[in-house]
Amino acid sequence: MTAFVVRRILVNIVVFILIGIGVFLLVRAAPGDPVRMMIPPADLQEGSEAFIESRRAELGLDDPVLVQYGRWFLDAVTGDLGSSFISRAPVSELLIERLGPTVLLMSTALAISLLIAIPLGIVAAVRRNTGVDYAAAALSLGVISVPSFFLGIVAIYIFSLQLGWLPSAGMSSPGDGTGGDILRHLIMPAAILGLASAGPLTRYVRGSLIDELSADYVRTAEAKGAAPGRVVARHALRNSLIPLITIVMINIPQMLAGAVVLEQVFAWPGMGQLAVRAVSQQDYPVIVGFALYVAALVLICNLLADIAYAVVDPRVKVT
Amino acid sequence: MENTEPLLVIDELAVEFRTDEGVVKAVDGASFTIDRGEIVGVVGESGSGKSVTAMSILGLVKSGRRAGGTIRFRGRDLGELAGKELRTIRGAEIAMIFQDPMTALNPVVTVGKQIVEALRLHDRKLSKDAARDRAIELLALVGMPDAAARFKQYPHEFSGGMRQRAMIAMAIANGPSLLIADEPTTALDVTIQAQVLDLLRVAQQETQAATLLITHDLGVVAELADRVVVMYAGRVVEQGDVTTVFTAPRHPYTVGLLESLPRLDRDVDELHPIPGSPPSLLAPPPGCPFHPRCPLARDRCRTERPELRVVGNGTAVHRTACHFAEELAAVPTEVTR
Repeated sequence: MTAFVVRRILVNIVVFILIGIGVFLLVRAAPGDPVRMMIPPADLQEGSEAFIESRRAELGLDDPVLVQYGRWFLDAVTGDLGSSFISRAPVSELLIERLGPTVLLMSTALAISLLIAIPLGIVAAVRRNTGVDYAAAALSLGVISVPSFFLGIVAIYIFSLQLGWLPSAGMSSPGDGTGGDILRHLIMPAAILGLASAGPLTRYVRGSLIDELSADYVRTAEAKGAAPGRVVARHALRNSLIPLITIVMINIPQMLAGAVVLEQVFAWPGMGQLAVRAVSQQDYPVIVGFALYVAALVLICNLLADIAYAVVDPRVKVT
Repeated sequence: MENTEPLLVIDELAVEFRTDEGVVKAVDGASFTIDRGEIVGVVGESGSGKSVTAMSILGLVKSGRRAGGTIRFRGRDLGELAGKELRTIRGAEIAMIFQDPMTALNPVVTVGKQIVEALRLHDRKLSKDAARDRAIELLALVGMPDAAARFKQYPHEFSGGMRQRAMIAMAIANGPSLLIADEPTTALDVTIQAQVLDLLRVAQQETQAATLLITHDLGVVAELADRVVVMYAGRVVEQGDVTTVFTAPRHPYTVGLLESLPRLDRDVDELHPIPGSPPSLLAPPPGCPFHPRCPLARDRCRTERPELRVVGNGTAVHRTACHFAEELAAVPTEVTR
């Protein structure tokens, strides 16, 4: 097991470095120039070109791309991801500052999504082709089909503007910031993000459980005299949740993509908001730093999925 | 009355499956009985309805529908029982052994726990420790070497033969009075088959359970069973004690089955498979379902369905569903010696 984990981590480091190269080159291959982006078009005048050139030299953007990469890589291995072109703040500081809110939002959303998807999927599978199953299918397809930003706007309209129950933006009210206050800000974005991923997840739970319910060992359990509830809970469910580990782990990065959008809608001070601004300003170091964080998240989730598999399924032996 | 009735009475059982093409009559009026302590073999080709009949006893046919008939166990109609009452019989008074031991055990639960579950489902007062000891005893009884260590292992750590031993241990855990074995050796290697058959015999002697042995392997029936029931197209076409049926078959289908077997005790140049294939159960032929493949078939067979009737002059009751069974008695077949 330890050897497996160490080997996987080594492989992941190589993948991680390759991702770094890819993102670094792609960002610079995109049209546009970060220095020009800083100057409002109206302010462009005679002599601006000289200033732009000097700024480019200052930021190291006039060097060949590979030289830039080499310089960045040597810094990056020491943990220095460079500084934002715009705010001049170190990228790692900017990201870590934003990491907390995003992790809070995503973990709450993940919990909500599992709490909805697993029970609903079980009920839909056990009572398949009944009204409950169809209702669950309609709900799943509904949240899959409606974009989460739209749900977000509708929710703000209803719960913030009409009913006035929940705040519409930010993570805390100015001068407050207690747990309860943060919770009130968290409910809407987390619920919508969770609901969006609960849709497909419910379908997976249902499908996986239906497959298991027709398995031979389920019939064996019934032939032993086990009651239907016990057959589902003790036999079929455990087997059906094994493939779900992978689905959930793969889903986490997708959820991050959803979070990026919802953070915009709810002005949630997370990494998504930072990333969107960085892209629109062509703030290279921040974009690359964000991409590496996401890549790390994906790789870690995959590794955790493999380990969880080995823990849950006795048939999987990792060596 | 109850004392004179056999342990299990299957009477005119009919089971249907609805498919997109129409209604499939998997079992179409099958009747036979099993006495206490007796081993009855049910033989037939794939699709003859033998497995569906076995599954129907414990109500384990999922997509199918009981279209008629009754199954009485100790005088109680199993079809009338509520789910809860049926569950007190399942695994306790009637236990099952399934065809494929590779898939019939739960892969993520240890073999020991699965046997313990069978014990504790029917004896709530049994402590975990006592159940564990009893499960290890059962594993040892079915010839599992190092039973205590095996108790803690998962099914994938067992070979096919060992898994079938574990299944048998689980089936006899509560001392059933009826054991249903559905193709218990089909999925196993030939050498292992013999061991499992021996074990079934031991288990049967140990528990004194009546045994319903479902198989397409006539050799298995000859080896183990007291009586044989031959099924074709969802119906019983012949039944009687094994020696009588195998030496003096009175149904052309049984004759065909026996002739299609390779034999070691006689020099036979070629095997004689039964021509044609079993009829579609969506639209069974009128009259006798076997007539399209039968060498004796004539007009009467195409219109009139033969009912089971007593034949022969032996002491044991021998029945067949053939209009012209007496002609077979005169024909010296390969098999009748």
